[in-house]
Amino acid sequence: MNIIVPIKQVTDLVEELEVDASGKDLNREWLKYKINEFDDHALEEALCLKEESGANVMAIALDSADIEKSLYTAAAKGADKLIKVTGDFGEAIPSHVAAKALANVLESLEYDLILTGVQAADDRDGQVAVLLAHYLGLPHVSVVTGVNLQDGKAIVHKEYSGGLMGEFEVDLPGVLGIQAARQTPRYAPVSRVRQAMRSTELEEMPAGDVSVAVGTTVQRMFKPETSDGAQMIEGSAEDVANQILNILSERGLKQ
Amino acid sequence: MSQDVFVIAEHLMGNLEDVTFELLGKGRELADNLDGSLVGVLLGGGVEDLNRQMGKADKVICIDHEQIAEFNPDSYSKCLMEVLKTHEPKVTLVPNTSMGMDLAAALSVDLDLPLVAYAVDASAKNGTIAVTSQLYGGKMNVESRLEGDRCIISVIAGSFSSEDGKSDNVPEVEEVSPPDSLTDLKIRFKRLIEPEAGDVDITQQDILVSVGRGIQSEDNLPVLQKLADALGGVLSASRPIVDNKWLPKTRQVGKSGLKVKPKLYLAVGISGAPEHIEGMKDAELIIAVNSDPNAPIFDYAHYGVVGDLFDVVGQLSEKLKG
Ligand SMILES: Cc1cc2nc3c(=O)[nH]c(=O)nc-3n(C[C@H](O)[C@H](O)[C@H](O)COP(=O)(O)OP(=O)(O)OC[C@H]3O[C@@H](n4cnc5c(N)ncnc54)[C@H](O)[C@@H]3O)c2cc1C
Repeated sequence: MNIIVPIKQVTDLVEELEVDASGKDLNREWLKYKINEFDDHALEEALCLKEESGANVMAIALDSADIEKSLYTAAAKGADKLIKVTGDFGEAIPSHVAAKALANVLESLEYDLILTGVQAADDRDGQVAVLLAHYLGLPHVSVVTGVNLQDGKAIVHKEYSGGLMGEFEVDLPGVLGIQAARQTPRYAPVSRVRQAMRSTELEEMPAGDVSVAVGTTVQRMFKPETSDGAQMIEGSAEDVANQILNILSERGLKQ
Repeated sequence: MSQDVFVIAEHLMGNLEDVTFELLGKGRELADNLDGSLVGVLLGGGVEDLNRQMGKADKVICIDHEQIAEFNPDSYSKCLMEVLKTHEPKVTLVPNTSMGMDLAAALSVDLDLPLVAYAVDASAKNGTIAVTSQLYGGKMNVESRLEGDRCIISVIAGSFSSEDGKSDNVPEVEEVSPPDSLTDLKIRFKRLIEPEAGDVDITQQDILVSVGRGIQSEDNLPVLQKLADALGGVLSASRPIVDNKWLPKTRQVGKSGLKVKPKLYLAVGISGAPEHIEGMKDAELIIAVNSDPNAPIFDYAHYGVVGDLFDVVGQLSEKLKG
């Protein structure tokens, strides 16, 4: 069983985000990047499947700022192989371009299952999992929270709303957009990441022709208006608590 | 190509989801501005009743067949492909839901049409389609403009009024048979799994103290439980808390959790990602405590506190006790 896990980095959303001079993209000068949390779940699920029934796990990512750290972290957690896809992507890579680049590289690889995050915070033109599946002509299910391998097929749980789930049987190879792994993604200490940098080979493969038409252009990026946003309560924690309790009293919400 | 706007209807357990009406309402506006028709597309088995509810559309194209009675990413994308290939609408609106996510990007590749995802608004002025998407966990909006003639837009549930999409009219229905390609499916639907009943039903509570990743550790839950008790409410949570198994799934608020409308929603350490907002934005009173002054939750809260949640929670519990 060969499992491929495409991962990518997104800006750390706890950071303050600013628009750049063009007015169309983030000011990336001081941005901190981290692995897309849903890709981290996809990697975790792949590693769980490996531990359960044996598999080769390969993490793959498009070249971007600091991506090697995320790839070596994947190796430190248990990925067997790493691939960096090289090409002239720029900083904000549209999902269609990313999916096409991954599809090009995957054509020369052997795999049974592709697990990647269900979405990322900057997928303006759609989710990579589904795009990738259709460039490769493979079946896909997104918003997956449980994966079981049985007789060369994957039995998966797809979440709807309110805790309702659909169960599907998917022929392999297939692509699954992972929402949550069966357990909290493991953590790799820095020492193990350093060790992985020394012991794991990072193979580079060219993206090939990624000239797909995205078909839309960004006109502007802006912070959501906060005109009807919250009235802020200020003061010491004690003041704040008093004010909140007053608001609750006024509305008859205090027992 | 036509100037028509197509809306892909979503239904679950025999009911049209609210988002279908939201898209019909928005679709009506777009179709009127484009001088096109509004067409609903409904896939399912035994869905005549649902057709009739889509009177906001000029027409409903329906594939009603037992083979597609249940959602399946493979069969549904194949059916939609045929419909969209035949009619070539200008704009196709798809809900950015669990089901819609399996369809929108698939159609984009197979029909070679641009896709704009996470839309919270869309307009058609002088024939130009502009779409606003909510990205970066709700921290940034991005406005895109369509370059070519046609596109697919996947829309975040809750972006438009569902009332605007309801009508007593009965739409014309065009029944279409399922495509031959359905004989060769790579995915099979097995069953629906209903959630286990929880100890409390958070949709029925007046007061929810809702906790997010900002609480940092399971060990901090008792402090928050104490506050919930003192307020006469219960704890609910954002998704990561449930994924970590700190609270059961029945406590999850949001897109894949439950929709709640309590009298008080006290959000502590929750950033306000669009998937969370979907589940709580209609609460009567929302108070948010977050250390990040730019947290998107403050765009939806009525009152906000920038600060450490533990300080505020501690003081609140203390005062309620006294
Ligand atoms: C298909 C799909 C469905 C989803 N469904 C849901 C859903 O139903 N419900 C849901 O909630 N999410 C859902 N999500 C996940 C969603 O995208 C977010 O990842 C999630 O809502 C984030 O949860 P959070 O706000 O607790 O965590 P974070 O976004 O990490 O936010 C934590 C917040 O805590 C603040 N904080 C940290 N420390 C403190 C402190 N000491 N005091 C005060 N504040 C502090 C931080 O500033 C931050 O804003 C879904 C995602 C997908 C892809």
